[in-house]
Amino acid sequence: MTISEILSNIENLKAGQKICLSGTIYTARDAAHKRIVDALNKGVKRPFDLKNSALYYCGPSPAKPGKIIGSCGPTTSARMDVFTPQLLEAGVKILIGKGARSKEVCGSIVKNKAVYFAATGGAAALLSKTVVKAEIAAFEDLGAEAVYKLEIKDMPLIVAVDCFGNDIFMRADVNT
Amino acid sequence: MKEINSTAITDAVIKLCAQANYELPEDVLNAVRTAYDKEQEPAKSVLSEIIENAELAAKEQIPLCQDTGTANFFIKLGADVKISGIPLIKAVNKGVSQSYKENYLRKSIVNDPLERKNTQDNTPANIYVEETEGGKIEITFLPKGGGSENASMLAMLAPAAGWQGVKDFVIQVIKQKGANACPPLIVGVGIGGDFSTVAKIAKQTLIRQIGSKNTDVHYNEKEEELLKEINALGIGAMGLGGKTTALAVFIDAKPAHIASLPVAVSIQCHSCRRQTIIL
Repeated sequence: MTISEILSNIENLKAGQKICLSGTIYTARDAAHKRIVDALNKGVKRPFDLKNSALYYCGPSPAKPGKIIGSCGPTTSARMDVFTPQLLEAGVKILIGKGARSKEVCGSIVKNKAVYFAATGGAAALLSKTVVKAEIAAFEDLGAEAVYKLEIKDMPLIVAVDCFGNDIFMRADVNT
Repeated sequence: MKEINSTAITDAVIKLCAQANYELPEDVLNAVRTAYDKEQEPAKSVLSEIIENAELAAKEQIPLCQDTGTANFFIKLGADVKISGIPLIKAVNKGVSQSYKENYLRKSIVNDPLERKNTQDNTPANIYVEETEGGKIEITFLPKGGGSENASMLAMLAPAAGWQGVKDFVIQVIKQKGANACPPLIVGVGIGGDFSTVAKIAKQTLIRQIGSKNTDVHYNEKEEELLKEINALGIGAMGLGGKTTALAVFIDAKPAHIASLPVAVSIQCHSCRRQTIIL
């Protein structure tokens, strides 16, 4: 499925459903989240257009010469929970990471008609093969925590929290 | 006395850092394969991706996981060894710095927990040195990702809590944190010692081979008991549900104060990377 197919069919995505995602996504983890939210709070320019965007919680390893990207699996989503509702309010529609989300995030996903996908943590070499193009989009000084704009093709994902708040994780009390 | 030059230590560390991050140990891979045979969807697909990932990383010599970890070293230093050149700790850090830069491993260490500036070479490493008899140095490298490290916990229980208290704590940690730590997990449990010792022995158990028996028959039984209870939780691979939440439980125990029953749970994700070199 492409990003636009996801956006126009968001109500048809059901928790537990497997999909392969293609399109443009942006990596952002702890430090980048902090900076994006700072930019929102100060009302200054965002590093990329957040409206209808897809965020991938990932800090890739360095690319070997001649390779598009290094290994690039998901990091633990829960660490981003504190920032996520504000980003969803600002227009982010697709979240990709690993592990359970807080009740607040699940509520915000419903409110903003968004979706959270889980990728397989630790399958980073395999996931790097789904990246067809990678460039730094912002915060180059953050190194592995910089924001990368990635073109992906057929990234294997599972719908973890759908836009109705259905959650595939067994417990909703995780907030680490 | 056997003289070992520090350059041999640095060179060994350079090799260990790359190899451990590219190649999943055979015992871990076999444990994942066994779990795959037993599981149903969606856990089966997850385990299949983990197996395929390990094969690809080894073939292309690329990191198994983008989080190439904090560099943990467990070193057994023979009492008859004299190290010439630079001191041991420096020699190890030099190897980490060089290997993480040269071998496309992610630099994940910040200089200060609050200031948070990347040190750019993944140093300093965590280095634990233990004196042993003889004229050899055995270096075991355990790169450990932040996600599973964040799931680890410690409790100072009252002695009256006993084995049931220890078990309850371990289960509580897995329930609360397990799904986010990339299961199937390897669970290292330290019991006894004091506040600092217990965390170290819990982590050190993670260098044991999956399938190896505890040398203490009672703790061996307790490992099996805990593994069964953890897998009965149904958290499963990547928290998506299933029979395999953990691949192994390892326990180490140490003498403790009459007032204390410390317990530490060191959580290791399925990407249990470790390599050993003997000099």
